[in-house]
Amino acid sequence: MKDVYLGMPSFPEAARTATKDERLRANLTRATHTIRDKRAKAVTEIEDWAELVEAGKAIKDHTLRHLDEYLLQLEAKVTEAGGQVHWARDAAEANRIVAGLVKAADGGGDQIREVVKVKSMATQEIGLNEALAAEGVAAYETDLAELIVQLGDDLPSHILVPAIHRNRTEIRDIFRANMARYGRPAPEGLTDAPADLAEAARLHLREKFLRAKVAVSGANFMIAETGTLVVLESEGNGRMCLTLPETLISVVGIEKVIPSFRDLEVFLQLLPRSSTAERMNPYTTMWTGTAAGDGPRTFHLVLLDNGRTDTLADTVGRQALRCIRCSACLNVCPVYERAGGHAYGSAYPGPIGAILSPQLRGTASEIDASLPYASSLCGACFEACPVAIDIPEVLVHLRARVADAEPGHRAERAAMQAATYAMTHPAAYRAAEAAAIKARRLLPPDRKLPLGPAKAWTETRDLPELPKQTFRQWWKENHR
Amino acid sequence: MTETTGSARSATSAREEILRRVRRALADVPRGERSEVDRDYLAVHGARSAGENIDLLAENLAEYRAHVHRSGEAEIAVTVARLLAERGSRSAAVPGGLPEDWLTRVPPEVTLIHDSPDLTAQRLDAVHSVISGCALAIAETGTIVLDGGPGQGRRLLTLVPDHHICVVRVPEQIVGSVPQAFAVGALVPTRPQTWIAGPSATSDIELDRVEGVHGPRILDVVLLGAA
Repeated sequence: MKDVYLGMPSFPEAARTATKDERLRANLTRATHTIRDKRAKAVTEIEDWAELVEAGKAIKDHTLRHLDEYLLQLEAKVTEAGGQVHWARDAAEANRIVAGLVKAADGGGDQIREVVKVKSMATQEIGLNEALAAEGVAAYETDLAELIVQLGDDLPSHILVPAIHRNRTEIRDIFRANMARYGRPAPEGLTDAPADLAEAARLHLREKFLRAKVAVSGANFMIAETGTLVVLESEGNGRMCLTLPETLISVVGIEKVIPSFRDLEVFLQLLPRSSTAERMNPYTTMWTGTAAGDGPRTFHLVLLDNGRTDTLADTVGRQALRCIRCSACLNVCPVYERAGGHAYGSAYPGPIGAILSPQLRGTASEIDASLPYASSLCGACFEACPVAIDIPEVLVHLRARVADAEPGHRAERAAMQAATYAMTHPAAYRAAEAAAIKARRLLPPDRKLPLGPAKAWTETRDLPELPKQTFRQWWKENHR
Repeated sequence: MTETTGSARSATSAREEILRRVRRALADVPRGERSEVDRDYLAVHGARSAGENIDLLAENLAEYRAHVHRSGEAEIAVTVARLLAERGSRSAAVPGGLPEDWLTRVPPEVTLIHDSPDLTAQRLDAVHSVISGCALAIAETGTIVLDGGPGQGRRLLTLVPDHHICVVRVPEQIVGSVPQAFAVGALVPTRPQTWIAGPSATSDIELDRVEGVHGPRILDVVLLGAA
């Protein structure tokens, strides 16, 4: 299986390639617009959306500001409930811990050669599958889209629907060609009807669920008060992984903790509506340590830092840690729509990736230094965010950091390339403006850029003012 | 054994170091800061009678492609038998604590398999159906919560078979909204929970919703008491 994003070209370079791929663009456009429209409906259905967003933001901020206390509480509760808690400073440490736990899972017999996995951003971030492969352990993704990506020897392109860049015929071809290599082959005469493709995945994966000894998951939330972990999903592959194997290993970023069980009443309204545009996702599993006679007998929680504490140290940038991985910002982003997820060069594509990756990884590499420029600052992402992350604010802040770190040509070049990209893609620009104007009502009237380290930038560069008319209308009227 | 000691020391220091990093990162947070979260959101969306909650639950479940049936206490055994027959079921798993009078009309050709420790996932894979109760149901979102209580059993029982008949006692097991499901006493947080809103589904292929990937592909919900 292909390795992750090493040696990725910088965003403008990768985006230039992606925007020339017409099929990718068509798939992305259809997909992002479909989700976007459905989501708008799911959100307007409840009249207290704004209050829920405010509460979600407040709960996350509160937790982050007392993160050490909540992590200790969580650790105590998970341990009390029969789980074992491990701490990982970085990706390599997390991978080492998980590989060790897998190998020890059969009592040290070292016979475990495969694990089943629930879609997890954190394990993708740390390249766990590749690390396990190096130890001779195959990690089977069981989310349908992740399966498509894995069988296609490909990289995910969207947080929620990682195979959004593939259409049904491509998926059928991938299944036909590659399922047999990893287990039960695709049924004879497999068509490209989505129901048939789902059936093929069901049969292929059931064999793996039934024999799996070890599962690896992430989690959407961890509840400090009770030690409960929560996974939201649609297909039932999560339930399979979280229920059937004897050993469960969950790798979770430290920012996923929330204080109380009751806090879920906010996030179980925000996340499904914002993510899949559903009132509720088909399945949610909650487990607390181990339960006698029900589910895994051994539970390990690996708490992952990997740049999160660096992000937390930045008083402007730390709001990115509120993210609940809904992917709404991707679907409204004109740059993402044109460039696709791969151009962002990390597990986190789209606007959230543009502020998360350079904070988790630092801005030393070309790709990470260019990510804060992968935006027209239109603000549609901010408007869509269910925990009110001010992505444009953080983007501008990070641009200042990149410029400060290397005042020479590189930052300027990245900026110019990104600007050129937006200007030469009028449809993207138009969509951005239209979205931004819709977003007006949620923004404070005098939207000032933050000063401080970014001062050099902000004195001469304001955020788009969100005019009553679009830039194009204005241009038409003033540049005859 | 030096290796064990070494990794143990490294584990301790990872914990200490992450906590130290967190505290250093939060240097700007005043000591002893305590903030209250404003919960200005609604406890429930709209005022509904118990009957209206039942209707809304039924409507929302149906929208997510669950099959909803209403049954009085007197007809529950007939209803369960009919649903098994309609799906051509030959075997059904039965969790401990399921009311026996729900099963009195199950035809002899359907084998009832009562839960026991040796009922493994591999064995369940050959079982067609499962019949369960629930802990509660949420009208606004069309969600059913299972918590492993009597009549629900271990999580794998309601996961591996392809057909799930789930009985909700109405109106007593219905709450109106998600926040009401989190009201004190409604659920025990530390029990293993499964929240179900319609059958297994995916939209991973060109965003076309397809019912049924890994969980039960057919979900029959019986609203008991709503005949």
